[in-house]
Amino acid sequence: MLRDEDRIFTNLYGRHDWRLAGARKRGDWDNTATIIKLGRDEIVNRMKASGLRGRGSAGFPTGLKWSFMPKDTGGRPSYLVVNADEGEPGTCKDRDIMRHDPHKLVEGCLIAGSAIGATAAYIYIRGEFYNEARHLQIAIDEAYDAGLLGKNAANSGFDFDVYVHRGAGAYLCGEETALIESLEGKKGQPRLKPPFPAGAGLYGCPSTVNNVESIAVAPTILRRGAEWFAGLGRENNTGTKLFCISGHVERPCNVEEEMGIPLRELIEKHAGGVRGGWDNLLAVIPGGSSTPVLPKNICDDILMDFDSLRGVGSGLGTAAVIVMDKSTDIIKAFARLAHFYRHESCGQCTPCREGFGWVERVMDRMVIGNARVEEIDMLFEVTKEIEGHTICAHGDGGSWPIQGLIRHFRPVMEARIAAYHAKAAA
Amino acid sequence: MSHFRIADDAHQPKTFAFTPEFQAKADKEIAKYPAGRQQSAVMALLDLAQRQDGWVTRAAVAHIADLLGMAEIRVWEVVSFYTMYRTTPGGRINVHVCTTTPCWLRGSDAVTAACKSKLGIGFGEATEDGQFALHEVECLGACVNAPILQIDDDYYEDVDGPKTEAILDAFMRGETPTPGPQIDRQTSAPVGGATTLQSVGGDD
Repeated sequence: MLRDEDRIFTNLYGRHDWRLAGARKRGDWDNTATIIKLGRDEIVNRMKASGLRGRGSAGFPTGLKWSFMPKDTGGRPSYLVVNADEGEPGTCKDRDIMRHDPHKLVEGCLIAGSAIGATAAYIYIRGEFYNEARHLQIAIDEAYDAGLLGKNAANSGFDFDVYVHRGAGAYLCGEETALIESLEGKKGQPRLKPPFPAGAGLYGCPSTVNNVESIAVAPTILRRGAEWFAGLGRENNTGTKLFCISGHVERPCNVEEEMGIPLRELIEKHAGGVRGGWDNLLAVIPGGSSTPVLPKNICDDILMDFDSLRGVGSGLGTAAVIVMDKSTDIIKAFARLAHFYRHESCGQCTPCREGFGWVERVMDRMVIGNARVEEIDMLFEVTKEIEGHTICAHGDGGSWPIQGLIRHFRPVMEARIAAYHAKAAA
Repeated sequence: MSHFRIADDAHQPKTFAFTPEFQAKADKEIAKYPAGRQQSAVMALLDLAQRQDGWVTRAAVAHIADLLGMAEIRVWEVVSFYTMYRTTPGGRINVHVCTTTPCWLRGSDAVTAACKSKLGIGFGEATEDGQFALHEVECLGACVNAPILQIDDDYYEDVDGPKTEAILDAFMRGETPTPGPQIDRQTSAPVGGATTLQSVGGDD
């Protein structure tokens, strides 16, 4: 188990003062200027050396992403955009960062901003997080008052502003280009890439979009050293990670653990185990609703990191572990997710807009078994037609859960259909 | 995409203006964005209009379009795209039940049933006296405290049927119960106490 000394989010549960004075006691804002004065190349190199991969779900190396920002911008400003539109079902880690450790994020914005040559950061927080946005704004105001933001921020010689932008209820704005559209005051519909945000992002200017957790861990990584972070976890899957454990466990919780912790250990050490014991486990969605479900036999010894989960046809995603015990109607659980992806489609691309409506209707029939066995294959095929044929990853994210269900629980679906028809015939 | 309905003309006030207090907040929001990019403030201004009047009126949309130099249709696009803007008078207290899978696994069906029976209305409806409106919402992002009942800006966490009824009873009496977990736990820590962070985290 990760030692407490190696945990970054030491106020995860809000047991201590979340404001500036408390944050300083926990080591935030300590000599920030020294880090900024390393210069952007050195900061980027150190972030690369740490091995940090984006914590928003795609797992793209953060240092590498920062290195894509142009140094010659032709007079345009550059922006850091922080994705705090946390809404992937199962995921609730950024909420804890913003309400209990907001200064880690604010300081991270300043440091990341300096490393990509940005003039300002916009933190896009989902609208429902009203109280979290309030904490964040208070933290930002405190930082301005203490000279840590604004002109010559933290005595670094670097000028930097941080703003909070509240969303208004649209899961899709968690997609980086939809988020940028929304920031510009439009519908949150994704843009075609290229151009990528580093070339033309917010207001057509070079922009980097990072998840809250990726930004909030940066100051600690740079303070304690890239080697320290890289020494945790496994190669290419380094560091610590916030895990959210929800569903059928004895004690659902958020916890920071080492990357690569076995799923079973994570659930049993921190969440009190599966309700009714490990043998009562049916399946786990390992990384938020978009990542394909894993049946118990895979859960028995799988490690929680990007490459391990990818190896079993799933993903670490946001590290939101949704546990389902044997009492679960697994078809219904996924029919509800089908509803979610249909509801949250922005409507721009036909395969996603029309496809997920169809998927939802078929899944609703699958729940009661009012279907033909061939329709299971058709369902799989249709999701394959949606996947990869849309502007953004919503088409993929909504298809994978259905594919995972069919891959691992097809016999349950077939039995449901057989039972329905047997009952109808009787 | 969700169902979108605008209140009919009989319910629409003829004019809209921000009060001085809300205008000051609106100015602060507009100032967050670079010159010429004031359109970025449209979401914030719609939210302020909704907080002032309880819902987003046609007059408010026209006023905000004017204020930000936007075509009115562009503001309507925003209003209709995002789920948090209410375009009918609805209820003064807005009750939201999350029914997405993580909440469903922890018993959101009982929370839904309690809301419906207590308020006597279904999703998307308001009580006759206009005090409550009930909404079904997608994942609220607090899944380790599921199921979640969101009332106005606050999350009531770890609820069940009886707890939901008690919370609604309190609102009916004009009280605002304390938000957060409704069982004995600290925020997102496991029930019974954290398994980590025993030795660090400040000395307060």
